[in-house]
Amino acid sequence: MDVHEYQAKEILASHGVAVPPGTVAFSPDQAVYAATELGGSNWVVKAQIHAGARGKAGGVRFCRTYHEVQQAARELLGKRLVTSQTGPEGKPVQRVYIEVADPFEREIYLGFVLDRKLERVRMIASKHGGMDIEEIAKNTPDELLQVIVEPAVGLLPFQARDIAFQLGLNLKQVSRAVQTIMGAYRAFRDNDATMLEINPLVITKDDKVLALDAKMSFDDNALFRRRNIVDMNDPSQSDPREAQAAEHSLNYIGLDGEIGCIVNGAGLAMATMDMIKHAGGNPANFLDVGGGASPERVATAFRLVLSDRRVKVVLVNIFAGINRCDWVAQGVVDAVRAERIEDVPLVVRLAGTNVEAGRKIIQESGIPIITAETLADAAEKAVAAYKNTK
Amino acid sequence: MSILIDEKTPILVQGVTGDKGSFHTKEMIDYGSNVVAGVTPGKGGKTHHGVPVFNTVKEAVRETGAQASITFVAPAFCADAIMEAADAGVRLICSITDGIPAQDMMRVKRYFLRFPKDRRPMLVGPNCAGIISPGKSMLGIMPGHIYNRGPVGLISRSGTLGYEAASQLKELGLGVSTSVGIGGDPINGSSFLDHLVLFDKDPETEAVLLIGEIGGPQEAEASAWIKENFSKPVIGFVAGLTAPKGRRMGHAGAIISATGDSAAEKTEIMKSFGLTVAPNPAEFGSTVARVLKRA
Repeated sequence: MDVHEYQAKEILASHGVAVPPGTVAFSPDQAVYAATELGGSNWVVKAQIHAGARGKAGGVRFCRTYHEVQQAARELLGKRLVTSQTGPEGKPVQRVYIEVADPFEREIYLGFVLDRKLERVRMIASKHGGMDIEEIAKNTPDELLQVIVEPAVGLLPFQARDIAFQLGLNLKQVSRAVQTIMGAYRAFRDNDATMLEINPLVITKDDKVLALDAKMSFDDNALFRRRNIVDMNDPSQSDPREAQAAEHSLNYIGLDGEIGCIVNGAGLAMATMDMIKHAGGNPANFLDVGGGASPERVATAFRLVLSDRRVKVVLVNIFAGINRCDWVAQGVVDAVRAERIEDVPLVVRLAGTNVEAGRKIIQESGIPIITAETLADAAEKAVAAYKNTK
Repeated sequence: MSILIDEKTPILVQGVTGDKGSFHTKEMIDYGSNVVAGVTPGKGGKTHHGVPVFNTVKEAVRETGAQASITFVAPAFCADAIMEAADAGVRLICSITDGIPAQDMMRVKRYFLRFPKDRRPMLVGPNCAGIISPGKSMLGIMPGHIYNRGPVGLISRSGTLGYEAASQLKELGLGVSTSVGIGGDPINGSSFLDHLVLFDKDPETEAVLLIGEIGGPQEAEASAWIKENFSKPVIGFVAGLTAPKGRRMGHAGAIISATGDSAAEKTEIMKSFGLTVAPNPAEFGSTVARVLKRA
């Protein structure tokens, strides 16, 4: 799960990381009010979306008057911001963050990530903040500073100090940077984050160390114990179908093909998509209905898949282990009747536990379902059915 | 022979009285697995499906000599259950549980390092379908009847894609020595490599089918090792050719986030290290058959 910049900064601030004063606003008037409350005469108005590269896309505006703040908020709110990370459809801007913009002297990169190869938290820092980490890694790979955190003891102050000195900071800055690094690590660990990026972390003329931008992602598997993070969820930032799927604990990812897929198991779902491609078609989605494919779940899956207008054919591929084919078949038949989807060609492949009983239910339903025996057969029939619809 | 488990392996079930634990315990017993104990804290002293239930793993091991465990424990408590089994001296721990937080798994892996290498437990999973040595024993949740006994070692991250492979092999009259599901989580227990080492020494195994997916370094690492060390033919496949970058495809670990994570890249790596790659997921069986005939 991702959160907005202002939310990440709230989390960081609560762990002792210094951030510039700022307030979130949902309307231009609120933005102006926020600026008056914050005081000063330089502000930055930042579009809050779950994606980076906002600056280059015009999502970050520097303002010197209340009028400019209002103008910036008006231009950003209600729009979809397209950045290099959002895809062509962009992300809706429903909140802006108004922040005091003070001058700074240096920009540093600070990041934490759960490294799956090392099975440890890896901290990365660089003198060259402000650009993205891929660029830093490409341009100045020798200057990347890294610490692998030993999970039994966590990040230790000497490690943070070492990094701070290597970043070339003065003594006052070092002690503040150590506080920032240790705080950021605790924010990462104590909230089950998988990624935390402070970029840039800036050093001001008066030796302050401030997190100017912040990004955090969290482990979905740990949300059950992180209510504070769940409360920060902003569904407007995800694909509406994916949000709907998540509500039913189905795994759905929208793609841009014509053949809708309903499969049990993530690996088999990917393989089914690959097989459709191999047969000359394009999958419209990834959808894992999971272990307990009850009639309700199957019906929900159909609704989701068919809510994509591009879908011309639906392919159901179930390899029943814990599932039983007869239950799944009944679910398919019920869903087809309830959702009245007889006008969309439907290819069903059942295998595994109780397959004969399942096939019988399909045959006796009287619904014109195209049945398939194998994975290859299913993909070919789905692609052929799609070609017939054209 | 087979790897990891056979008909004698004494098995204990953690979470034996829960819905899933209970159902699959019965399935395992019906298949012929030697289930000797169950553990559910607070239910000690009872019996379930004819199996004695204990409050702690330590007690279960002491009383029954269980050597392998399978966990049907809720995600919030599963890391603890795995470490409890390790502490009690269980040498093979298979975790079916889907949804364990990554930081919990990080701690589990760190905890395992306290055991010297020759006594370190083998963890299979989490978020996997388990292990089956067809005709001998099942330590998992798979439909046992789709597995034929035979010469192919099968290692798969995905459960259902492993079923697909097993049934294609059966269709062609081929079979499996042991099938291991290593699971779809980003931080998991044993890797492809750990099981390849065992299959190398297993005389019944003549070839290995390795089914990976997008995300993570394990397929590449295994492929490099195969070229240098493995004496038997290996057939590989990586699911997710059509998966978009940066999206988690169901499994927490199935996400293309780094170079080398995509199916196309991993497939190339496999080929470059001399693996025979199945051209598509409908040809697992036929590719294995071809390779075995040639071998």
